[in-house]
Amino acid sequence: MAGKTLYDKLWDDHLVKQRDDGSALIYIDRQLLHEVTSPQAFEGLRIAGRKPWRIDANIATPDHNVPTTDRDRGIDGIVDPVSRTQVETLDKNCDEFGILEFKIKDQRQGIVHVIGPEQGATLPGMSIVCGDSHTSTHGAFGCLAHGIGTSEVEHVLATQCLVQKKMKNMLVKVNGKLGAGVTGKDVVLAIIGKIGTAGGTGYAIEFGGEAIRGLSMEGRMTICNMAIEGGARVGMVAVDDTTIEYVKGRPFSPKGETWDKAVEYWRTLHSDDDAVFDKVVELDGTTIQPQVSWGTSPEMVTGVDGNVPDPAKEEDPIKREGIVRALKYMGLQPNQKITDIRLDRVFIGSCTNSRIEDLREAAAVVKGRKVASSLKQAMVVPGSGLVKAQAEQEGLDKIFIEAGLEWRDPGCSMCLAMNADKLGQGEHCASTSNRNFEGRQGFGGRTHLVSPAMAAAAAVTGHFVDVRELMH
Amino acid sequence: MRAFTQHQGIVAPMDRSNVDTDMIIPKQFLKSIKRTGFGPNLFDELRYLDEGKPDQDCAGRPLNPDFVLNQDRYKNASVLLARANFGCGSSREHAPWALDDFGFRVIIAPSFADIFYNNCFKNGLLPIVLNEEVVDKLFKEAEANEGYQLTVDLEAKTVTTPSGESFGFDVDDFRRHCLLNGLDDIGVTLEDADTIRAYEEARRKTAPWLFNAGN
Ligand code: SF4
Repeated sequence: MAGKTLYDKLWDDHLVKQRDDGSALIYIDRQLLHEVTSPQAFEGLRIAGRKPWRIDANIATPDHNVPTTDRDRGIDGIVDPVSRTQVETLDKNCDEFGILEFKIKDQRQGIVHVIGPEQGATLPGMSIVCGDSHTSTHGAFGCLAHGIGTSEVEHVLATQCLVQKKMKNMLVKVNGKLGAGVTGKDVVLAIIGKIGTAGGTGYAIEFGGEAIRGLSMEGRMTICNMAIEGGARVGMVAVDDTTIEYVKGRPFSPKGETWDKAVEYWRTLHSDDDAVFDKVVELDGTTIQPQVSWGTSPEMVTGVDGNVPDPAKEEDPIKREGIVRALKYMGLQPNQKITDIRLDRVFIGSCTNSRIEDLREAAAVVKGRKVASSLKQAMVVPGSGLVKAQAEQEGLDKIFIEAGLEWRDPGCSMCLAMNADKLGQGEHCASTSNRNFEGRQGFGGRTHLVSPAMAAAAAVTGHFVDVRELMH
Repeated sequence: MRAFTQHQGIVAPMDRSNVDTDMIIPKQFLKSIKRTGFGPNLFDELRYLDEGKPDQDCAGRPLNPDFVLNQDRYKNASVLLARANFGCGSSREHAPWALDDFGFRVIIAPSFADIFYNNCFKNGLLPIVLNEEVVDKLFKEAEANEGYQLTVDLEAKTVTTPSGESFGFDVDDFRRHCLLNGLDDIGVTLEDADTIRAYEEARRKTAPWLFNAGN
């Protein structure tokens, strides 16, 4: 019999019941909650007169709507009354049901996908859900982590289980070592450019190969975070020393004897050598360039040394139409050089790239330089209060501020512009977030997805530039 | 949940692939704490020429005349015909809520994003996957014939055109069963409460760190 993949192992360990109709009940070890996708779930519980099944499996924090300035005012600092109601509703629901919440003024508040790992609330081998598609981030720890809808949030609250059908297995193998200045973000954008935004639909993707093994946990989280942009609900990386080192000593991590027992189990969380995948995709990591997205879908991406595509050269009529539409929205010309794209704003943040390593990489580029005078704004939004504190301890805040970038308080911010941080119509933004959909960062706004180092390089030059040119 | 057995309705063809959830319902409308009232803002940025705001009366807003749902012939559509990878992007259930609130009951596409597909079933909305060629044919027919309707039978798993041509589709037995009967799947899961408890107890012994409330 063939060996098991990592996904097979995680699935088997969480299987509560296999039903005759092909569906299965999967046990959920951890649910993360935020203000946008939970209110209707709590309301549903109340209407049905149900109680949460296991309160201590849940952790909540407001992130999507929180302002990134004026935070000492707490909830009163939220100007938009509708946003405020949503954050207040989360507070009320957590208080009523007794769920642990890092509230807006708590230093542990932050983007859900940053705080889970930071607290050790994300542990290897766990099944994790959140009403947010970027829950795939936690797969970096060898977790089975899915984004779910609000009805499923309610289902997990009420039953601690999810009804699932097993997905197919895909291995994305990135061979060789990455070049200097090439990051996890560039790798995942290159992967999406290759497989397309629907390439992973129906699959759980395991990312492996030398390039992935060589990444820090931050880099692996960035890659798993964007599995969903490649269509896969689940992205994973096998557990190794890097994983275990990261988890050690965090508030929710096991201690003493339990730690040893846990580590012993975690060491089994990798695909067996003879495991069979339904699909294998390989990339040569040594040839991956820093990436820049030019269109309105994450698959519309190319190396910084490339050009905007020419729709006339695309044979598939649906794709051609897609390129024409994207170029019109983005205000770009066919064959234009990527380095000729001028920027209006720069955003460094989001659950993809707002962790300490991301901020270090950006700071290293802007250090001793100034934000280009042609830019309207360049901002850095740390992923959590703890990331912010750590960055300040290392003096990164000063480097950013001296260079002319704004240093903000933690939250989702301009990743989806539900708070006050947004793009104006027609503005081009170099953004470290994960989605370049039309209007994502503001009505008519034009998003280019890049790594933190590339965003920093764009901030100091006013246009895209290969960050490696600034590294000498 | 509202049951779904059969449906016949006008088809609106939306000829665009990779329609994402930000397009279906832009983020400023996600601030609601309710499940209803999203219909007027469905496809807001495509449908209107101005920028939509939450809690605004949409009746007086300038419409984009090129957008399919603004054409009179599709005003009462309840079957949305779409292209590949429909519903990609976020997990927001506001997307099916908005489609439902507008009056859609069925969405037909060559492929759907996983989370969106799953969310539809939780809301009495039926997503149907038909192959590219069939979808193409339906696009042509719907565009050529005003008032074009399709009949969908979930029991028989068929989509039937006005000329009587029928196409079969696949759907999971569990999802089909819940939808046909309008079942509340939390209720169904809780029938297995003892099995869940037994699993939990066993895990508590083998993996106690999973039950650590932190410090
Ligand atoms: S940072 Fe962006 S992608 Fe991540 S959870 Fe927040 S809104 Fe979603």
